[in-house]
Amino acid sequence: MPPARDVAIVAFAQTDHLRHTDELSEVEMVMPILHQVLSQTGLKTSDIGFTCSGSTDYLAGRAFSFTMALDGVGAWPPISESHVEMDGAWALYEAWVKILTGEADTALVYAYGKSSSGQVRDVLTRQLDPYYLAPLWPDSVSLAALQAQALIDAGDTDEPALAGIAARSRTSASDNPHAQLAGARPQGEYLVRPLRTGDCPPIGDGAAAVILAAGDRARELCERPAWIRGMDHRIDAHSLGVRDLTDSPSTRLAAEHAGVFDRPVDTAELHAPFTSQEVVLRKALKLDDSVSVNPSGGALAANPVMATGLIRIGEAAARIHNGTSDRALAHATSGPCLQQNLVAVLEGEAQ
Amino acid sequence: MTAASPPEVLRAPLVVEFPFTRSLGPVQSAFLTGLRERTVLGVRTGDGKVLVPPVEYDPVTAEEIRDLVEVAPTGTVTTWAWNPSPRRDQPLKTPFAWVLVKLDGADTAILHALDAPGPESVHTGLRVRIRWAGDRTGAITDIACFEPYEGKTGEAAGPHEGRFADMVTGIIAPARLDYTYSPGRAQTRYINALSERKTVGERCPSCHKVYVPPRGACPTCGVATTDQVEVGPAGTVTTYCIVNIKARNLDIEVPYVYGHIALDGADLALHGRIGGIPYDQVRMGLRVEPVWTEGGRYPDHYRPTGEPDADYDAYKELI
Repeated sequence: MPPARDVAIVAFAQTDHLRHTDELSEVEMVMPILHQVLSQTGLKTSDIGFTCSGSTDYLAGRAFSFTMALDGVGAWPPISESHVEMDGAWALYEAWVKILTGEADTALVYAYGKSSSGQVRDVLTRQLDPYYLAPLWPDSVSLAALQAQALIDAGDTDEPALAGIAARSRTSASDNPHAQLAGARPQGEYLVRPLRTGDCPPIGDGAAAVILAAGDRARELCERPAWIRGMDHRIDAHSLGVRDLTDSPSTRLAAEHAGVFDRPVDTAELHAPFTSQEVVLRKALKLDDSVSVNPSGGALAANPVMATGLIRIGEAAARIHNGTSDRALAHATSGPCLQQNLVAVLEGEAQ
Repeated sequence: MTAASPPEVLRAPLVVEFPFTRSLGPVQSAFLTGLRERTVLGVRTGDGKVLVPPVEYDPVTAEEIRDLVEVAPTGTVTTWAWNPSPRRDQPLKTPFAWVLVKLDGADTAILHALDAPGPESVHTGLRVRIRWAGDRTGAITDIACFEPYEGKTGEAAGPHEGRFADMVTGIIAPARLDYTYSPGRAQTRYINALSERKTVGERCPSCHKVYVPPRGACPTCGVATTDQVEVGPAGTVTTYCIVNIKARNLDIEVPYVYGHIALDGADLALHGRIGGIPYDQVRMGLRVEPVWTEGGRYPDHYRPTGEPDADYDAYKELI
C-alpha cells in the first residue's frame, strides 16, 4: 500500500566523526548540523512542524542528557517535540508517521552519540535481557563474533571475504569527508575471533540531522527531494539461541513492506557495524553486484552509535539529491546481532 | 566583555553504579531456582519444542507456556567466539570462548562462557558440560561456565514440576559503568572561572540574555552563547523552599532553605542553599552573596548581604 502522503527527505547534514570530542558538550556537537540543515532549506525552527531526536543516556552516563541537546534547537516558544531512546532512524520513522497523519508538514530529525565518554562494548550489554544475558556482560563485539562464526560454519562467508568487505567499505570512505576511517588498512589482530579489528567499526563521536517535508513543500525546499516510497521496521526474538543467526527474517519482512522488491534499487546504505553483518543483510535483501552497497563507507568507516542508522538514510537521500541515485534502499539496525531492522525505500523523480 | 577563547579541556571520572532489581515470572523463577539446585529446566512450547533458557511466553504464538521439562547438563556447541581479553565483569578472568550451547534435550541454545585452553581446542559441535559455581544463589551465574566433556550424551529427564524449597522470586544484578566526563567548552569556561571564585555566564548573541551557568546554547534561540559575562557576586532570592528531609551523605541540618538566586547581571536564576539566616526568615527579594569554604570548587551556600530587599518588579521576570 503506498503511503498516504508524499513525504521526502529534503536536507541532510552530519558532523565529522571523530574518536574523541572532549572539547564539546553534546549540544555543542549537535548544534552546527542543526543549523546546517535549516540553512540548506532556508527554514527557521519556528517553521518546523515536528522535531524528533534519537540518543541514549547510557552513552553519556547521565539521565535525560537529551534535554540538554534540545537547547540547540531553540525550543521556545514550546515546540512539538519527541525523543526515542533508539537510533535516530527510528526518530525519523516517528516523524514520517506524524507527517503521514497530517499533523505536521515538515519535521526536523536528529541523532547523536558520544561513545568516547565510556566503554561502548560494555555500555551495549545493558540493552540485553537482564535475567539470562546482562549478568554475563557479553559485549557487542563478542556477540557479533558468535554470529560471524555461525556464518563461517554455514559456508556463507570466510575470513578473506570479510576482509574484502572491510577493504571495500573503507576504500569507498575515501570519498566521504566525514568518515573516521577512510582508506583500506590491515585487518589487524583478532579482537574476538573470528572478528579482527578491521571487521569492527571504529569507536567515535558524531551527529546527524535531516529535514522531512510533504508534497509541494518538499519541492519548494529541495531541487530533487528524496521521496520516501515505503518504510517499515520489524524485530526478531531477543534470545540469540532461538534465532538462526545466519539470516534476518525481520529485515526481509521490513523490506517487503517497504516495497524494496517491487523494482530494483541502484544503491543500498546498510547499517552493518560488523563485516559479517553485511553478509546477512545482502542475503536478506537479495542484493546482487549491480547494487552499489555503502558508497559512504557505512558503519565500518564511522559509527557514532545512535546516529549511524539515521546517517544511512541521510547518505541514501544525499545520493538522490545529487542525482547519483534514482532508487535507494536505506537500512538501520538496533539490538544484538541485527535483532531489530528498519528498511526505507527512497526515490528521486525522473531527471 | 571578553570573547570566548578555547579553554583547556576538563576531564573527570564518572562512575554510574546501580543494582538492577527485578522480579521473576513463574518460569524464570523455576529455572533460576533450579540452577541453584544444579537442575536445568526448559519450557515446552505449543508445537513441542523445548526452550532453554525458558521464557514465560511462546516466542511465535505469544501463548502463555508453563510445561517445564528437565534437560541434561551436557550439550553441544552451536557457535563460538574466542575472547582473548576478558572484560571486567565477564564470567572468566582468563581467555575463554563465548559459546551458544544446545543442551541435550533442548531445541534452543543458551549463551555462556566455555573454559578451554585455546581457540584450537574449540569448534562448533564440541561436546561440553556445565561447571557449577560453588556458591549458587539462583542466577544465571550459578553456571560458572561450560567445560569440554567427552562422556555420553545426556538424556532429557522429562517433565518437572518446577517446585523447590525456598523459591527464588527476584534477582539483584549489580551494574557498573565507567565514564570520563568532559563538560564541553562553555561549562569548562564556567568551571575554570569558579576556581578563581568568579561566576561567569554567557550571553546569547540573538536575544542578549545572560545564562548562568552556561551550557553552550541559548535554549530559546538555539544558537551558541558567545560572550563571557561576569555576574554577581551578589544576587536576589527569586523563590525558595524549606527542606525537611535529610539527604543521604549530606551533612546539613534540617530544616534548611534551598532557593533560586538571580545573580546581579544574570537573566536566569541558579539554585543554591541559603544559610546564615533562620530558615523561617528567608523571603523572596532577599539579597544574598556566596560563601566559599576553604578549597571549595563552588559556593558552599549563599548568605544575606544586609542590603534592603529587592523590589518585586526588579526580579519578577526571573522567577
